Amino acid sequence: MSAVIESHHDDHHHGPAKGFSRWLYTTNHKDIGSLYLWFSFIMLFVGGAMAMVIRAELFEPGSQIVSPEFYNQMVTNHGLIMVFGVIMPAFVGLANWMIPMQIGAPDMALPRLNNLSFWILPAAFGVLLSTFLMEGGAPNFGWTFYAPLSTEYAPPTVTFFIFAVHIMGASSIMGSINIITTILNMRAPGMTLMKMPLFVWSWLITAYLLIAVMPVLAGAVTMMLMDIHFGTSFFSAAGGGDPVLFQHVFWFFGHPEVYIMILPAFGIVSHIIETFSRKPIFGYSSMVYAIASIALLSFVVWAHHMFTVGMPIAGELFFMYSTMLIAIPTGVKVFNWLSTMFKGSLTFETPMLFAIAFVALFTIGGLSGLMLAIAPADFQYHDTYFVVAHFHYVLVPGALFSIVAAVYYWLPKWTGYMYDEVLGKTHFWLSFISVNLTFFPMHFVGLAGMPRRIPDYAMQFADYNMIVSVGAFLFGLSQLLFLFNVLKCVYYGKSATAEVWEGAKGKGLEWTVDSPAPYHTFETSPDLTNPQTNN
Amino acid sequence: MGQTKNVFRLLLLTFGMFGFGFGLVPLYDIFCDITGLNGKVTGPTISSYDEEIETRTMKVTFVTLNNKNMPWSFKSDSPQMKIETGKDYLMNFTFTNTTAEPMVAQAIPSVSPGRGAKYFHKTECFCFEQQYLAAGESITIPVKFVIDPEIPKDISSLALGYTLFDVTEQFAYK
Repeated sequence: MSAVIESHHDDHHHGPAKGFSRWLYTTNHKDIGSLYLWFSFIMLFVGGAMAMVIRAELFEPGSQIVSPEFYNQMVTNHGLIMVFGVIMPAFVGLANWMIPMQIGAPDMALPRLNNLSFWILPAAFGVLLSTFLMEGGAPNFGWTFYAPLSTEYAPPTVTFFIFAVHIMGASSIMGSINIITTILNMRAPGMTLMKMPLFVWSWLITAYLLIAVMPVLAGAVTMMLMDIHFGTSFFSAAGGGDPVLFQHVFWFFGHPEVYIMILPAFGIVSHIIETFSRKPIFGYSSMVYAIASIALLSFVVWAHHMFTVGMPIAGELFFMYSTMLIAIPTGVKVFNWLSTMFKGSLTFETPMLFAIAFVALFTIGGLSGLMLAIAPADFQYHDTYFVVAHFHYVLVPGALFSIVAAVYYWLPKWTGYMYDEVLGKTHFWLSFISVNLTFFPMHFVGLAGMPRRIPDYAMQFADYNMIVSVGAFLFGLSQLLFLFNVLKCVYYGKSATAEVWEGAKGKGLEWTVDSPAPYHTFETSPDLTNPQTNN
Repeated sequence: MGQTKNVFRLLLLTFGMFGFGFGLVPLYDIFCDITGLNGKVTGPTISSYDEEIETRTMKVTFVTLNNKNMPWSFKSDSPQMKIETGKDYLMNFTFTNTTAEPMVAQAIPSVSPGRGAKYFHKTECFCFEQQYLAAGESITIPVKFVIDPEIPKDISSLALGYTLFDVTEQFAYK
């Protein structure tokens, strides 16, 4: 009997190859998911180091550590790396790992394309980071690269930047095509669209957003390239173009982009809250509709980033009201999370702590967003630290916390080992305190008029900036604890069960496979058509 | 198979949106023409008005600016004039190439406030034309204009701004 099983096992066992070629040639969704996650983890420390340089320079008023030119390069590359190199690849990594397992599919629909979309990403960031070694320095025009700052006044390395953005865009588009095709074609029998886990739903919508706007970004940088090298005048007034056009094209991409960086977080947090509340998610279908309406609204609000550019009053009103409308589906989501926790039997393991902090702090970021949406008030807030506070609240304790929560939540499933809960909680509390210490005072200095992207500031902002810098250093150091905890889990963790969490029973197909998840899962689809198998 | 069809559709969407990005360029121009956004004005327009429409007096200010390091001298005969809506006026602008090299320049107009742009009709102008001047050469070009009497009452003055760009290099491309 055992011999039969043994030989049967051998026939079907395609274990991972050995050495570096395993990672280079892999078409396995779990391997590629890990590659994405490690890549974004490394980039988190690269982009984080740049943030540390920024905060060190702003520790005191006056110019002390770096030149203003280098400061601009730090601000620009910090933004680009955190957006395109950390948050987006981390979500794609989670999608690669979890979507096939959550829908009962053996792998992604297009495994070779999957390999390609990952491996061009390090190439793109290699190109971007290599500009630091070039004459003229790295891009210095802000992550929004407004023309003519990024065309006429740009350093010569802007061409490398454009090339890097093209590659990142291609990677995102290929990844999205793969994700949509996987979700639409490879669900287990019986898993209808409205039975899909919310993380899968959030990624389905996010992937459509990516396909809709990444090509527009590619168009914008192509126009820049042509203006710089081929004598066209898309953004140059001298030839009949208009620099304001750049802002419209950029934010037509940019606003859906900021939702690309938060929608998967909504899915993750929904799973974690339902698991640790030991209840099903409250209002599943309203969650799906809320994500979809946020995504649709994201296409008609872009000009709220540019209220001060000189718009007709009707335009200001339109973009103001359409922006405020987004608060409604977002509010639905927040209330659904609260209702899920209401009367649940809650426990506060590390992923749950990060998820609850997400709900609270993301809401703060949402509320400052509503303040910024008020067109007449925006004239005061525009380009101040208030804006910096706002988008860091939605991206750090928002998107980044959800990724950290997801890693703690699914790490036992990936590795088969439990992380250290005490270390995890320490990591949480240090991050929670320092993230607020870093970003909350920015609201005050912003409202008082401190402009963003300037390496120096007036004396009256000195105290708050010192507090912010101390918070930032603490936050940076806390993330080393996260790295340590992940490594400790991989090498010295205690074995985890298949279900991992007490509350995970019946909370998705990923908890029905062993921990660690075998190299190949769901080679035969689980049949969900029978309502008895209630997974 | 459904999968190939899906991939094909998504690729189509990708290329469609890339095209749409470029489509935003003409769309933006059309939108600006309709709304007068950014004080964008069109080339020469000819219009005549009934004598019976009520006219009023208002101020028109002329602003001349040199972009970046453009060395030319660029001035209007007077900085401001009082006008009556519905009547034709003329203002002379003088360009002088103060350098020792021949150069090509282009002046880009803008009307402020933007809402007033569509009521500012130029019957003759040098907008959107490239101007070649030899070293030290000078030229005076008139702008003829008329303000539409239907301009909203709350606009009491208009400014016509010209920014002069050095397009010698771009000219070399053509």
